[in-house]
Amino acid sequence: MGVDPSVVGRTYPPTPVYEVGREKLREFADAVGDPHPAYRDPAAARALGHRDVIAPPTFAVVLSMGADAQVVRDPAVGVDFSRVVHAEQRFSHARPITAGDRLVVTVTVDGVRSAGGHDLVTTRGEITTEDGEAVCTATSTLLVRGEG
Amino acid sequence: MSRPAVGQVAVGDALPPLSVHLSRADLVQYAGASGDLNPIHWDEHFARSVGLPDVIAHGMLTMGLAVRAVTSWAGDPGAVVDYRTRFTRPVAVAHDGGADVEVTGVVAQVHDDGTVRVDLTVTSAGAKVLGAARAVVRLAPAPSAEGGVQGSPGGVA
Repeated sequence: MGVDPSVVGRTYPPTPVYEVGREKLREFADAVGDPHPAYRDPAAARALGHRDVIAPPTFAVVLSMGADAQVVRDPAVGVDFSRVVHAEQRFSHARPITAGDRLVVTVTVDGVRSAGGHDLVTTRGEITTEDGEAVCTATSTLLVRGEG
Repeated sequence: MSRPAVGQVAVGDALPPLSVHLSRADLVQYAGASGDLNPIHWDEHFARSVGLPDVIAHGMLTMGLAVRAVTSWAGDPGAVVDYRTRFTRPVAVAHDGGADVEVTGVVAQVHDDGTVRVDLTVTSAGAKVLGAARAVVRLAPAPSAEGGVQGSPGGVA
């Protein structure tokens, strides 16, 4: 039972390219209720020094969550998905995600630890352009509830 | 919505508070936009079957709405260079009445590199729902350094 600590350090292949679209950014901003024009109006975004409309600070989860699925589905890691709860999340932005970006995510298992009968699995998704420019580091900790 | 500048922000400064009402429809909208289709966020029958009191808001929705307090204060959402939290308690969203989320923020640290750390307190039904919710915001350059204004120290209110 439990998550195998020997998977720490395991890195998965980069995800297929995700092309960031203006309409998707507006849809996400609407869904979190953030009215800022920098997500919707290219002129407003450019006035702030951005190339095009930018993403809300938590938009990277759209990419990182899909990439984390590689870890959750990996039989070597041994996560029972029906017992997974999102415990912690962090986004460190080298620059804002911007419409027109073509991004890939490379996920590494950063840590596995046990606490209170549960397993905590920390993944780090390095989000870069397809050319390798660093954009965002998304760190997620998933809690896998014990079977007690 | 002008971006706060270096020298204009101090530890203890409070951000304008934010109050957000969530309905079931908001959860469905976020599920669609984010791609997180876990039925605990939209199917009450399923949520109760796995021991939850009701459908619950995505933790990432709560994290995403809470940072609005920071993005509106910062002027430029691109100024938010780091944002982290723990998900400490679910926000149950009732069929009738939904749920209310209250967000307050305070400047906790001013760093030498021109950033500040904002600590958020996020509650629903009187209980904290996010733990250690912290955003790092890059301030605009100090006006005197940028504009070369001489002889007017502290002249920017």
